[in-house]
Amino acid sequence: MSFPVILGVLVLLTILGFFVGRSRAMGVVGGQANQLHSRPHYYGHFIGAWCAIPGVLLFLAWVALETSVIESMVIASLPPNLANLPQAEMNLLINDIVNLSRGDVTSRAVVETDVRAAADFYAQLKSSSKTLLLAITVVLALAGMLFARARIAPDLRARNRVERVVMIIMIICSTIAVLTTIGIVLSLVFESLRFFQKVAPTDFIFGLEWSPQTALRADQVGATGLFGAIPLLAGTMLISFIAMCVAAPVGLMAAIYMSEYAPAKVRGAVKPALEVLAGIPTVVYGFFAALTVAPFFRDTGIELGLVISSESALAAGMVMGIMIIPFVSSLSDDVISAVPQSLREGAYGLGATKSETIKQVILPAALPGIVGSLLLAVSRAIGETMIVVMAAGLAANLTANPFEAVTTVTVQIVTLLVGDQEFDSAKTLAAFALGLILFCVTLVLNIIALSIVNKYREQYD
Amino acid sequence: MNDSATNETQAGTDAAGDEKVKLLSRGVKVFYGDKQALFDVDLDINENEVTALIGPSGCGKSTYLRSLNRMNDTIDICRVEGDIILDGDNIYDKAVDVVHLRARVGMVFQKPNPFPKSIYDNVAYGPRIHGIATGKEELDGIVQTALEKAGLWTEVKDRLDAPGTGLSGGQQQRLCIARAVAVSPEVILMDEPCSALDPIATAKIEELIDELRENFTIVIVTHSMQQAARVSQKTAFFHLGYLVEVDETEKMFTNPSDERTQGYITGRFG
Repeated sequence: MSFPVILGVLVLLTILGFFVGRSRAMGVVGGQANQLHSRPHYYGHFIGAWCAIPGVLLFLAWVALETSVIESMVIASLPPNLANLPQAEMNLLINDIVNLSRGDVTSRAVVETDVRAAADFYAQLKSSSKTLLLAITVVLALAGMLFARARIAPDLRARNRVERVVMIIMIICSTIAVLTTIGIVLSLVFESLRFFQKVAPTDFIFGLEWSPQTALRADQVGATGLFGAIPLLAGTMLISFIAMCVAAPVGLMAAIYMSEYAPAKVRGAVKPALEVLAGIPTVVYGFFAALTVAPFFRDTGIELGLVISSESALAAGMVMGIMIIPFVSSLSDDVISAVPQSLREGAYGLGATKSETIKQVILPAALPGIVGSLLLAVSRAIGETMIVVMAAGLAANLTANPFEAVTTVTVQIVTLLVGDQEFDSAKTLAAFALGLILFCVTLVLNIIALSIVNKYREQYD
Repeated sequence: MNDSATNETQAGTDAAGDEKVKLLSRGVKVFYGDKQALFDVDLDINENEVTALIGPSGCGKSTYLRSLNRMNDTIDICRVEGDIILDGDNIYDKAVDVVHLRARVGMVFQKPNPFPKSIYDNVAYGPRIHGIATGKEELDGIVQTALEKAGLWTEVKDRLDAPGTGLSGGQQQRLCIARAVAVSPEVILMDEPCSALDPIATAKIEELIDELRENFTIVIVTHSMQQAARVSQKTAFFHLGYLVEVDETEKMFTNPSDERTQGYITGRFG
């Protein structure tokens, strides 16, 4: 008897409840559906809800509590010499019991009879717990069905009740997204606080050196453990700036061409083709940048007498710019197309040329959306990881020179967390602090974008 | 009502002696793709007169209006044949620049469509792109004159920096008229300019049209026969893409020569 079976039974009972409710409602009024307050199927949903909701709630509570309840029962059943173990050994013992009950290997060389008995007890509890859950679920659902069936009367406001239930479900769904965000932020904040206990916040935020190798031994050389985030932020800004220098003009021009100049056929072909760019995995962009673009820039640099390192901010930024072109072009195209035709005709009617109309009437009208799309692209650029990991390098240079290798916040988070790490060293915790900074920057950008959009929004009806 | 009716009659007879044809159409056909929307329209539009185009929905009156300043060019599948002569020049001639044409033949649309700019910038837009004003003061003057002509000056003179989209529907439409007037066109085309407005705003615009007639030639499409009777000197009746009848407004509404005109005006169809 497994959880899916129990859920299946619940679903079947709910469906049964639906039909019971509908036919009961029709029976109450002798087939005269117009004498009911609500349409007959609402009475079906009403009983269905009474069947399903208590069962689902019980099921969720059961799943959440089952393990700890069974474990405490197993511990209570242990003989005194095992029951009074210290916490760490007790955890190990419980683990062994669970593994043993599943027939897996254990950490014990010899399995004592007491432990064997506990494992059997555990397995027995597990299976009887499932049976018990099934029984209680069925009883609850049937009780709900009978209770609700007894309440069905022509003036029962079934529709309003069902709609309220649906609304509550929708509220729960919408809170899940919000709660997840809050959870992520809280975990970032708490881990960052642990980091700031080891490294002063001012050293982190204003420090100009990034060298996160902490010394394992006191006499170790070359492991200073400097956590200044400025070089990383500067690298992120530099690469995002280069990316926007590519994406903003190209994307905007493409959007204007597609929405204002292109014949419908061309637009129908070009727009999806541009959006394909957004579907290319960033890893692919990454090795395109690292294996094609960066060497090309380096070789061109040699020709021109410039020193361009083989992992340069320029290469990473250019490729990232190409990656975010579709974000700019597609969204801007949508907002430009959404500017009402009447505004275009108004300008043409005054003798404005096409380019005057676009520059002076359409773009101002579409500005909020365009700004929104640009800021979305910036957020995307700041958070982008794979391209910079592959093409921008790891050296935390504090430079504005696009020909040098730089590193970004995201790259450092990756390198800090890749491989075997102890999760309480400053080095690892720094990743959370960097994540927090990244989150704050994108949050501020989004707030700015929203306020711009709201300030300049024009209502067309 | 009676006064203005008499005035119009007098104006009509006064003008009868020295009428000058401003816009001349000969054999105008308009096609949307394969579908023909307008068949061989011959129509003379006199200078400093209001010509009303009436007819049931889909009769081609708006299509004809939009062909007078080549606004139909903005529709890809639309094709115009025939001659439309403005002051002796065929506006569909290859040598004619459509931008220049539209500066001479302005347009006011069915729905008020102010730009998302301030009231001042809305009116100043046309003069600016055509370089009509040489300085800030001259531009101020043009804006004020245009707003005065549109009867909007007293209402907005203290808030010229406010967005044009914040005005009421009637004010927005008068702003659009001011915007059209500011370019000093010779002809103003109006495509049902009052259909989105309440009766009071409509009355104001009708009054305005009568005043604008002094300086401009006006062609107006309207669904309201009362409006056509009130504001126009000449009325053209369109039906199923044909120009059925065109005559002095007075005569059209009292003694039309075509049966279909009679039927439409008396409300038997349309």
